[in-house]
Amino acid sequence: MTGSDYAFWVFAILGVISALGVVALKNLFRAALLLVLCFFAAAGIYGSLNADFLAVAQVLVYMGAISVLIIFAVMLTRDLVRGNPFNRSWPAALVVCGFLMAGVIYVVVETTWPTIDAGQMAAASVPEGQATTGGVARAIFDKDSGFLLPFEISAMLILAAVLGAVALVREK
Amino acid sequence: MEVGLTHYLILSGILFSIGLFGALSKRNAVGILMCIEIMLNAVNIAVVAFSRYLAPETVLLTGHVFALFVIVVAAAEAAVGLAIVITYFKSRATVDVEQGDSMKG
Repeated sequence: MTGSDYAFWVFAILGVISALGVVALKNLFRAALLLVLCFFAAAGIYGSLNADFLAVAQVLVYMGAISVLIIFAVMLTRDLVRGNPFNRSWPAALVVCGFLMAGVIYVVVETTWPTIDAGQMAAASVPEGQATTGGVARAIFDKDSGFLLPFEISAMLILAAVLGAVALVREK
Repeated sequence: MEVGLTHYLILSGILFSIGLFGALSKRNAVGILMCIEIMLNAVNIAVVAFSRYLAPETVLLTGHVFALFVIVVAAAEAAVGLAIVITYFKSRATVDVEQGDSMKG
């Protein structure tokens, strides 16, 4: 096993256990802290997949920003008595999600995933083991990459979301 | 056994199912939003795994760009969703989604 294989197993087990904790724990604040751990495990998974820029973006955006938002929301809507209980239909949800998980694993194991020739996508790829930051920038910002307009639209989406959030929680 | 695309896709499927179960079975709105974040993370892991393993010896970056857009949308979703939850808490003094049935016919 190589180093990235060890990293995969460590972070996969960490991520699954912390995700189970997020769902199972009754104390919502502890669930939020385990969610941060789950985000960290995902960042480690990105690292083992040679996605260094995404790993850093995951730490910055998810662990830095989104988890602070969630912890603030937990604090502002404190419901210590009730905590984070299950609703009445949780056995049905468990059955549905169990079948979904089994189906996904069956399909993934049974499918022979094709490999494609990297030459036809040479513009938007880097060799294995190299830093991807410059390549991601080229993939987004090159004139003929096709991601420039979606990038600008996502900036508008963030602006609209921030304005909407401020307008929603403002004191009237 | 060498870790490959299958391992990452199975991990993604497991995380997605855990998140879906939480989103379907929780009563606290903040808890449901947390489970939705787990689901978005699972999808990102699948996308990045495909971009790493579809072409041998090469990292395709289209998947990374897609994952970045998913992160952007997740940030917007978390901001608006938590603002809605806080507004709901201010008017009802609860975050139980089963209490929010005033539009039920």
